[in-house]
Amino acid sequence: MSDLTTRDQVHPGTAPGEDIHLEILGDGDFATADMSLSIGPAHPATHGVFRIVLQMDGERVVDAYPVIGYMHRGFEKLAEHRDYRQIKALVNRHDWLSGFSNELGVALAVEQMLEMEVPERAQWIRMLIAEWNRILNHLMFVGSFAIELGAITPMFYAFREREDIQHLLESATGGRLHFTYNQVGGLKIDLPKGFLRQSMGLSQHVRKRLPDYFDLVLGNEIFQARTKGIGPLPTDVALSYGVTGPALQATGLPEDSRVTEPYLKYGDIDVRVPVGENGDSFDRFSVLLHRIEASLDIIDQIHDHMPAGPVNSKLPKMVKAPEGATYVRTENPLGQLGYWLESDGGRTPWRLKMRTPSFSNVQAIPYLLRGVLVPDAVAVLGSVFFVVGDIDR
Amino acid sequence: MTTFHATAFTNQATSILTQESWLVSLGLKVALVLGMFLVVPLVGGYLEHKTMARMQDRRGPVEAGPFGTLQLVADGIKFIQKEDIIPRAADRWIFSLAPGLALVPTLLIFAVVPLGPGVFALDLELGLFYALAIGSVSVLGILMGGWASANKFSLIGGLRAGGQLIAYELPLILAAITVAVQAGTLSLVGIVEAQATFMIPGTDINLWFGVPQFVGLAIFFIAAMAELSRPPFDMPIADSELVFGYMTEYSGMKFAMFLLTEYAGMIVMAALITVLYLGGWQPLPGVPLPGCEGTAGLFDCGLVGTLVGVGVMLGKIMAIVFVMVWLRVAYPRLREDQLQRMSWLVLVPLALVNLAVVTVAKVVF
Amino acid sequence: MATTSPPGIGLLKGLGVTIKHLAGRPSTQMYPKERPDLPPRTRGVIALMDENCTVCMLCARECPDWCIYIDSHKESVPAAKEGGRARTRNVLDRFAIDFSLCMYCGICVEVCPFDALWWSPEFEYSEYVMDEMLHEMGRLREWMDTVPPPPGLDDGAVAPAEVAEAIEKAELEQAKAIETAEAADSDDAKPEAKDGGGKSAEAKPKKSDIRVEGGEVDQEVYDQLIAEGKSERMARAKAKAAWVRKEKQRLAEEQSSSDDQTSDTDAADDSEATSDDDASAADDGASADDTDEAADEAAEAKPKKSDIRVEGGEVDQEVYDQLIAEGKSERIARAKAKAAWVRKEKQRIIDEGGDA
Repeated sequence: MSDLTTRDQVHPGTAPGEDIHLEILGDGDFATADMSLSIGPAHPATHGVFRIVLQMDGERVVDAYPVIGYMHRGFEKLAEHRDYRQIKALVNRHDWLSGFSNELGVALAVEQMLEMEVPERAQWIRMLIAEWNRILNHLMFVGSFAIELGAITPMFYAFREREDIQHLLESATGGRLHFTYNQVGGLKIDLPKGFLRQSMGLSQHVRKRLPDYFDLVLGNEIFQARTKGIGPLPTDVALSYGVTGPALQATGLPEDSRVTEPYLKYGDIDVRVPVGENGDSFDRFSVLLHRIEASLDIIDQIHDHMPAGPVNSKLPKMVKAPEGATYVRTENPLGQLGYWLESDGGRTPWRLKMRTPSFSNVQAIPYLLRGVLVPDAVAVLGSVFFVVGDIDR
Repeated sequence: MTTFHATAFTNQATSILTQESWLVSLGLKVALVLGMFLVVPLVGGYLEHKTMARMQDRRGPVEAGPFGTLQLVADGIKFIQKEDIIPRAADRWIFSLAPGLALVPTLLIFAVVPLGPGVFALDLELGLFYALAIGSVSVLGILMGGWASANKFSLIGGLRAGGQLIAYELPLILAAITVAVQAGTLSLVGIVEAQATFMIPGTDINLWFGVPQFVGLAIFFIAAMAELSRPPFDMPIADSELVFGYMTEYSGMKFAMFLLTEYAGMIVMAALITVLYLGGWQPLPGVPLPGCEGTAGLFDCGLVGTLVGVGVMLGKIMAIVFVMVWLRVAYPRLREDQLQRMSWLVLVPLALVNLAVVTVAKVVF
Repeated sequence: MATTSPPGIGLLKGLGVTIKHLAGRPSTQMYPKERPDLPPRTRGVIALMDENCTVCMLCARECPDWCIYIDSHKESVPAAKEGGRARTRNVLDRFAIDFSLCMYCGICVEVCPFDALWWSPEFEYSEYVMDEMLHEMGRLREWMDTVPPPPGLDDGAVAPAEVAEAIEKAELEQAKAIETAEAADSDDAKPEAKDGGGKSAEAKPKKSDIRVEGGEVDQEVYDQLIAEGKSERMARAKAKAAWVRKEKQRLAEEQSSSDDQTSDTDAADDSEATSDDDASAADDGASADDTDEAADEAAEAKPKKSDIRVEGGEVDQEVYDQLIAEGKSERIARAKAKAAWVRKEKQRIIDEGGDA
């Protein structure tokens, strides 16, 4: 938003209303100029250092250019200099809202290369924590999307639930955001006493609280007026941009790695994939809310299945993936997360390529923003669900 | 009764603050206006903080003063201490004048708003007209602030505010006119008195204007919310879209003045709604204040009656503020074009119909 | 308010939800007044038990941020036995963690082979100056007082092999201790002398076998710490630790004054003395105190020669004589002869069947 001041520095004396870079539309007294509005890198609607430059005619967006990379932290390169234990502390930071699911991906990739059999119990616990992590993530977006539309209350309700879930996960993993609970071959340590009982209770509790969100946000006529038909995304366009997760499911395609390509023990339980119809902002949000319910269903099933046994397998002092490469995809809360892991047999990966859902999802933003109004642009931005760290890595 | 009307129309009611010495009168009246302007908004703000917090499972302010009551005072002190930043590209004069221009009209309206039987600074014959006319000047300050900030977000916010305030001025005035028609006076004190004496035709039952004019009440309330840019009509501020709209570049005292405009505006609008529709300082329809039985609650009611009247009035104001806060907590914000559509296509026609119906009824009965 | 349709039921529901919450209880924790209830596994701050540190540098090397600084020097320890040889060991001079760099991944705690690093849920150590986030050894040692006992594992969990073994051993020992104590019929030494059963698996292998029950607070120390400006929580933890120390002292004195000591306590005292002298002396695996470590080692690497520790530094006389005859200097001959003896000894142990 410093455009005006910068221009003033470059062309002193220019009046604040004029914009010299943009083309003049119309003629005579009715001539108007497009305005470029830079949303971000520090703007309340982008929750992070994401920047999007809007070319506007009045309040209508003519074109949009996302500018990414403000938060590039070089994770892929860093990972080449970290052993597999250290990587797990690294990857749970690119999408900081789904730390567990990220580290799970890396652990699965290494295990796949080592052709390692992971104990049953470890797999079920991994699923349990991953689903709780998914709910944590979705609650965050339920709150932040509502805030973007001007409803402040759902955020507080969402954080109340998040607090309970984080407390539960902290009792097992020691962390609230960066869990670092996975390790190659299983988990660091088994669940503490009473965890499963608390988990069951919390699942009931969250289920009881869910109607609040449906009543307060989803059923609200103002909310519907603001989101229905805003930023519709057809399935083929979504697929061509590589959009996955709730944004893709909202278009009506039940694509979910947990169902189409089950990993862990997802094949043994019933995974419901909620889908939308039009792929508009309303559908995206509605899918998100229903995914919380679906995750709670999965958690209840996991409680019934939880076997006894060890949670980790014997490991050499230094884990070394054998020479070769593998690609593992998991259904992260925001969409499909893929790790391409290539090893030359050393203690660190030779290359770790991340296919992060947020990066692919924001590619569709220019398509979605063309022709909408600024308030709708915010509604679209909020409903595509991205984490800036996950875009820039 | 008709004679009473006539007298009220020609002779203004005298404030109990008018004393022998003009100096004392002036002092009392200035104290009343400033008190309403500075203290009541703080109470309203505290109510907003607390209500919002409790509705959101929070506690709200607890540290500053007992139960956090001094939070807004502390905020004020903080604002005074803050650096006053004027962006380099800003138009310095207009930028600095804008908050004052937004704030002063609100202060001026308090001069005519009655707070209890005889408790008012001035009873203008054209009180309602004055209040609505002065109130629309505020938008000028907001437009100036939006323009002078040299910030595109501010500019969009200012323009939205301008469009919104013009759109909602109309239903607001139409609804208010309807009340004036029914009351037969533009004096705010006169309107309260007219409500105290309004009976359902053919019966003995006293009613406030809010009941026969519930449509007008709803229109006035919605328009007032939009005029104040209160959520769900806070598009000019829209923090998730426009950062903070026309206030984006303001800091320190100037920002505080804009904030005070908002809170004082809430009180003004709540007071106007109370006076126009909810019977002013009367506790219940047909129930006069203690000590006021003979005078229908208009003039000097003695100490107890006056105090009770002021209390009732403040209570009603706070109840309306509570509803405003409640809506803020519960609803997302509308889009500017939806707001405009609602004004021109729903509220204005409705207000006109309301006016027509009331006028016809007034003539018939 | 779908543009022109009148507000519907959804708007009323929204009002209903919010008014319902108005009556409810706020979920805010009044933090500085109300302490957060943190689970024992919380990664709040890293505590150092410096007695356990052998300066193996694993933590510093594994740390992804390189935020651990360790300095040490070698020190020679006079021979423990007559005729033995002086040994060298690493002495920790400096152990510092820079918490302004630390990313709380827990790898250092995970890799520490001697349980010198622990997680504590304590979190109130923010500073105005970033340099002060560098916690030196003393400060890290202080955190040790706030380390909670680890939680029990879930019912479906399998205890790690070494822990299971240690628990079994400890139970046996406990039973034996009770037996002896009952036989001796000494009511003084009984409650203190017995090792706290399953706890031994996780217990700090530090001071003594004496267990103090109850967690009273040393009021004197507490007041003093509060006066020094420590946080209430910190002061409480330290005061508790001080009370425990005092209590142990008292019990130890009582014990030594009583005539009918059980042989058990003797052994314990002995082992305490040795482990104080030589921190890395996991050698005499027979004493109750060292069960865990011995078990640990046994589980980790059985037949590997390099992992077998041989006690004492005897000299293979045969080899020595031969080398002297070959004209080597006395020093070299002694060293080589010693090495030869160690090799032989290890071979013997392996032949005997591995387990130390």
